[in-house]
Amino acid sequence: MSEQVNKIVDKGLDQGVINLTQERIEKAINQVLNKEAGARLKSYVETCVHCGMCSEACHVYLSKDKDPIYSPAGKVKRTLSEMIQKKGKVSPEFIREASIIASTECNLCKRCAMYCPFGIDVAYLLLLVRRICHLCGVTPLYIQDTAHSHSVTMNQMWVKDDEWIDTLQWQEEEAQAEIPNLRIPLEKEGADIMYSVIGPEPKFQAHLIYYMSVIMKAAGIDWTMPATPGWDNSDMAMYTGDNEIMGRVKRMHFDTAARLKVNRIIMGECGHAFRSVHDMGNRWLGYKLPPIPVIHAIEFYHELLSSGKIKIKDQYDKKVTLHDPCNVIRGRGLGELSRKVVNTLCSNFVEMTPNREHNYCCNAGGGVINTGPPFKNKRVLSNRIKAEQMAATGADVVISPCHNCHSGLEDIVHHYKLNMEVKFIGEIIYNHMEKPTA
Amino acid sequence: MSAFADWDWDIGSKRIADIEALKKDYQWIEEIHVSPNGESSAVIVNIDEGEFNVCVNGTPWREEPFDKMWNLHYSPDGRLTAIVSEMGEWTMAVDGESWSNTFGYLWKPLFSNDGKTIAAAFQQEMKYGMVVNDVPWENTFGNMTCPTLSKDGTNCSATVQTVETSQAEIFEFQKGSYSVAQNGVVWDRNFVNVWNMSISNDGKAVAAEVRLNLYDYTIAVNGKPWDTIFSCVWEPIFHPDNQSVIAPVRINGKWTLAQDGKIAWGGRFVQLWSPKVLPDGKHMAAIVAPSFGKWTVAVDSVPWKTCFNEMVTDLVFNETGSRIAALGKNNGRWTVIVNGTSWNNSFNRAWTPVFSANGQYVAAKVETNGKYSIAVNDQVWSQSYDAIWGPVFSPDSTKILCCSSSNGKIDRQVIPVKTILK
Repeated sequence: MSEQVNKIVDKGLDQGVINLTQERIEKAINQVLNKEAGARLKSYVETCVHCGMCSEACHVYLSKDKDPIYSPAGKVKRTLSEMIQKKGKVSPEFIREASIIASTECNLCKRCAMYCPFGIDVAYLLLLVRRICHLCGVTPLYIQDTAHSHSVTMNQMWVKDDEWIDTLQWQEEEAQAEIPNLRIPLEKEGADIMYSVIGPEPKFQAHLIYYMSVIMKAAGIDWTMPATPGWDNSDMAMYTGDNEIMGRVKRMHFDTAARLKVNRIIMGECGHAFRSVHDMGNRWLGYKLPPIPVIHAIEFYHELLSSGKIKIKDQYDKKVTLHDPCNVIRGRGLGELSRKVVNTLCSNFVEMTPNREHNYCCNAGGGVINTGPPFKNKRVLSNRIKAEQMAATGADVVISPCHNCHSGLEDIVHHYKLNMEVKFIGEIIYNHMEKPTA
Repeated sequence: MSAFADWDWDIGSKRIADIEALKKDYQWIEEIHVSPNGESSAVIVNIDEGEFNVCVNGTPWREEPFDKMWNLHYSPDGRLTAIVSEMGEWTMAVDGESWSNTFGYLWKPLFSNDGKTIAAAFQQEMKYGMVVNDVPWENTFGNMTCPTLSKDGTNCSATVQTVETSQAEIFEFQKGSYSVAQNGVVWDRNFVNVWNMSISNDGKAVAAEVRLNLYDYTIAVNGKPWDTIFSCVWEPIFHPDNQSVIAPVRINGKWTLAQDGKIAWGGRFVQLWSPKVLPDGKHMAAIVAPSFGKWTVAVDSVPWKTCFNEMVTDLVFNETGSRIAALGKNNGRWTVIVNGTSWNNSFNRAWTPVFSANGQYVAAKVETNGKYSIAVNDQVWSQSYDAIWGPVFSPDSTKILCCSSSNGKIDRQVIPVKTILK
């Protein structure tokens, strides 16, 4: 049993368990195991030799003093293995526990898959657990609410259709105070680029859209943003196991870009959204790759800086380090590009160790931060290793080109009193670039 | 605007506007829009801070500027519309005249096929509704999505929130808080979700995708769900002849077509969407993925042999339904596929294919290396431009109307189809 699990009150789990029947549990487990998972699950289950090499890869295991229950294999043993062995005959309380393990003790970061001699993807296995818990109706409250938001509004923050457009027009006006003829072009059919963001940007961090509009203006980019749902590239339904809503949200995103006839989608600094368009959501829809190319902000910034479309007037001189978001570094291989970008922008860059694809997860990703306040303390305490890694750099600033990482690292900085700032790359570009006057 | 057949179909070219010349008079000019008959073009122009107007063929729309404006559109009947703001209130301006009603916000303009009905979504004091030809719904709602207008303009519907729920009240949400309002009147039951509605040709019936709980999807018609439940559904359509409803449905991880809740196609696909009933009422087509990462069109459940590895979009057919076309994308290049045969030419981008009335020709606007042209039956016009609007075939199928832009000068051209078909 996870520590403190019974002390955590979460209405999504507690009420969900009350509503749960044995019949429903068995139906959910057998549907996933027998109809949805297929050969991949079978090969993983039959291949694992319990060597334990995945353990040292897991930031939760390392942060929990190497308690084996937190090792990747241990988390599978406590959830999916039991379900398989008992052919779905597990209790409602077991499902509650499994939901907590799958949704709050694993970030689906896939670091362990690199250390497994057979490449077993534990993230996939724990996503199956989340899928089962979804079918059982036992999902943490806050991330379930986010999935509901996706289902209604096609964004994760309950941003209404008019609020989205109004926010863009507001940011355009704000930016025009600095650059009078700057525009955030809406619904420009045939533009080269559709820029897409995640829900928190219009809701809480609208200045990031402002920064990008200045970058677009300075670089002379032919771009647009949609004035319809489909603007949000994020997908928390992917992390609740609600694959049908995940696919619906992704279809809306791709269809919006196709309707606008753009060449490319540029997405802001978000990791899980990239996974949803490049790995999971697209594949659920039947696309091998995104049907309209999706370029992560790191790649886009590199393109702008290396081509000279954006020029840096003075480098940022604080001592900075770089966090490697799992989904775009391990998942996409952008580790070298992100370093080129940071070295162009900053004069005093130090690496974290380990780094690039070996970097430790922020412990916020994989939807863990979206389980909200009930699990915040647990999340922060379960990533002491990240705090130690960051502290060892002696940096004043940690750059994190991912929203969830950004928020998770801020929590770690605060809890462990690291006295570091957390910044997006775009923020540094905006503050150190040559800006147009008109 | 004159009727389609009465448009100027004389072969030749005429200058519509010089947008470049406008630049010296304004802080900036926005995207160019061209009327359906190609006789006028319009742009939003910025005069100064908080002062906007529209220039139609170079002439300002009205004397007094607006504080803000966006979403410029020509209605199908040729009237020019924009969403405008004055004194902090938003409304619709049609040919320069503002509607009498104003709102906290206005968006998503919709047009009937004949252009006589213009609708938009509004927000007033955080309540949501639709306004149709300047008449707002009497009933308003806590939230509204998927605004839809029937082809004949008589039915304006949307998904509406009928029960207010507090933040993170997930179990209240799962009881169902959403329904459809038809001309402001709500169906008599709620659903967990309602998406993508379709309205029958006579404007009397509405079909929509619904989710009954977190797992069960089906189609509801005028508020009544099908008896059959599916693991997912996509956008429904009405059969034009018999009012039956057709929709893609997912069963055991594969997609097929259902009609009034019963499986209509024998084929099972990795994906299926954009269903169409062909004009004879007997045949149906849809975009499908017969296997993972392979996309094409299926007609009566049989997929074309030619597949694309990225996507297929813009499924259209001619007046008789004997010819079906779509856009396909392979390895980053777009082309047109007609009745299962792909064009040899491919492009950086291509726009929705258009059939001539006699079905003999299919044309598409295409882009290659930043220059735009028109291709007909796999032959590309020798002319290319900075921008193109159209193509539109003449009623006798012998000519093509398009407008083009070079160096900011907008020209209306009517050319013989044979000019492109060498």
